[in-house]
Amino acid sequence: MSMRMVTQPEADEVRPAARTLYARLRHRYLDDGGFVLDAEFVLEPGITVLFGASGAGKTTILDLLAGLVSPDSGRITIGGQVLFDSERRVNVATPKRGLGYLFQDLALFPHMTVRQNVEYGTHRLERSVRGQRSAAVLEAFRISHLAERRPGDISGGERQRVALARALVTNPGYLLLDEPLSALDVTTKSKIVSDLRTWNRDHRIPVLFVTHDREEVYALAERVLVIERGKIGADGRPQEVFEAPRRESIAQLAGFENVFGAQVGSTNTELGTMKCRLLPPIDNAATALETVFSYSTGVEVEVPLTGATEGARLRVAVRAGDILIANETPRGLSARNVLRARIEQLERRDGVVVVRTKCGAEGEQTGVGFDVHVTPGAVGSLGLRQGSVVWLVIKTHSLHVLAA
Amino acid sequence: MAPLPLTLWLAALVSAILFFVALPIAYWISFARNRWKFLVEAVVALPLVLPPTVLGFYLLLALGPRSPLGRWYQQLTGHTLAFTFEGLVIGSILYSMPFAVQPMAASFAAIDRKLLNASATLGASRWRTFVRVVLPLSIPGLVTAVALSFAHTLGEFGVVLMIGGNIPGLTQTVSIAIYDNVQALEYGAANQQALSLLAISFVILCAVYGLNRRVWAVWPFK
Repeated sequence: MSMRMVTQPEADEVRPAARTLYARLRHRYLDDGGFVLDAEFVLEPGITVLFGASGAGKTTILDLLAGLVSPDSGRITIGGQVLFDSERRVNVATPKRGLGYLFQDLALFPHMTVRQNVEYGTHRLERSVRGQRSAAVLEAFRISHLAERRPGDISGGERQRVALARALVTNPGYLLLDEPLSALDVTTKSKIVSDLRTWNRDHRIPVLFVTHDREEVYALAERVLVIERGKIGADGRPQEVFEAPRRESIAQLAGFENVFGAQVGSTNTELGTMKCRLLPPIDNAATALETVFSYSTGVEVEVPLTGATEGARLRVAVRAGDILIANETPRGLSARNVLRARIEQLERRDGVVVVRTKCGAEGEQTGVGFDVHVTPGAVGSLGLRQGSVVWLVIKTHSLHVLAA
Repeated sequence: MAPLPLTLWLAALVSAILFFVALPIAYWISFARNRWKFLVEAVVALPLVLPPTVLGFYLLLALGPRSPLGRWYQQLTGHTLAFTFEGLVIGSILYSMPFAVQPMAASFAAIDRKLLNASATLGASRWRTFVRVVLPLSIPGLVTAVALSFAHTLGEFGVVLMIGGNIPGLTQTVSIAIYDNVQALEYGAANQQALSLLAISFVILCAVYGLNRRVWAVWPFK
């Protein structure tokens, strides 16, 4: 009896504690304008976020890692075990890859109860272990009381937890999550995120989490991979990738509503800042003129110092939520940039008002437009309306400097 | 056997056999990515458009003593397949094939492919996916397939006449008995048999549509 216990340990005890997923993928799309996915990355145990706009190739990467789609060429290994190798003609079938996959629309089996859904993947385990394991997972994800209900009869957040429990009950070697939280409200979302983090602390496997939501990246990621049209554009800690973006396309992805061309006026190494003149927006017809009248906006901002020399061209980006609005000349501020502007338009979205403003000399055609996000309450108390003159307050470190 | 029990027995046997014959064909049509798939689909659908006499004629040739199949069967059993009950069963299976395959294939094709992918990522083989996911979600289609092939076999005439001949007690089904009675101007007997066939077919179709509604009410997916 005791011999048998020793020779048949639980599957997760056999597994090495830390396993790394390596992938080199090349895959040609036929749809979406037809671009080539070409990516190479290593996933350490822990949560890595795969971040990108829709159509960038995020779901395809998951499907390739899961074996639901075969890449044109490449190699996928997990902890030294080869799952796919186009040169050696290895392609381990999906059921044998030992992964967990949480689909965007969950794909719960509608004809099975919650318990049957969760136990579906346990058929390879010993019968005596199955009930025990599923009971533990149902408990861990707080869905024991739903065990006999069907997916159609429970709430969206509960369905989400069932799908997560179903994917994790088999102790997968790696976990793929395809925008699993996008349909949930903030409270439900944060509960599931903390469930996932707790689980990942005990089960150190690589987790690849796909999202296009910047907030989720900050909440979850130890590391973020940014994908743009099939290529990995940035790789690092969320702060590194988003707070000081070097490439403008990443800045736009990360929600920088205001991106301007700029020219370095003077640098101040002592203060660690530099003054930049903002250039008028580049539109194709005016490109040639722009080089001649490049100072005509008259808007100058102080930004953090970079290696750029005086006269250099670069780009400056600021989030609409990082700009303050005042309805009279502000005094006694730590913020270094106070810009006079005129409101051109107010646009109400859910919970936020987008204030479109124009800075620059009166009557100039070539002012600089700033989008500012304020609450509907602020619009009322400041009496903001189209045509009113306001001051925009921007901290130096809210202005991000990018290569031109 | 009298025409009515004989007809019911034939229909039951044919729909039972056809269930297992049609399942793999329907599965292949719904899931295979073979470029010759359209050929199989067309062949399966042929009985829908061919006059029963055409199907019956070629079946008669195929089952008769001059074809390899017929000769082989004759060597095995000592008699040919033509003009026997077994021959009738084979003919009816082919004749009712589209009525079994098409509802099955339609319900297989309607299953969300995401569910099949989910099943694969949970370690299930294709067989396990078929048994645990595809079949349970196709119950309405399976019920329809069995009932339609049963009802369609009840009502066949041309193929039975061509392959079965008209041997009372052996291959004489109700539809043929009706024809005989009308030929003999025995309208009373013909009417009795016609009415019984009408009633049975109507009840079966009512059961199919009624039952399918209930199935959908129990599992309100989609």
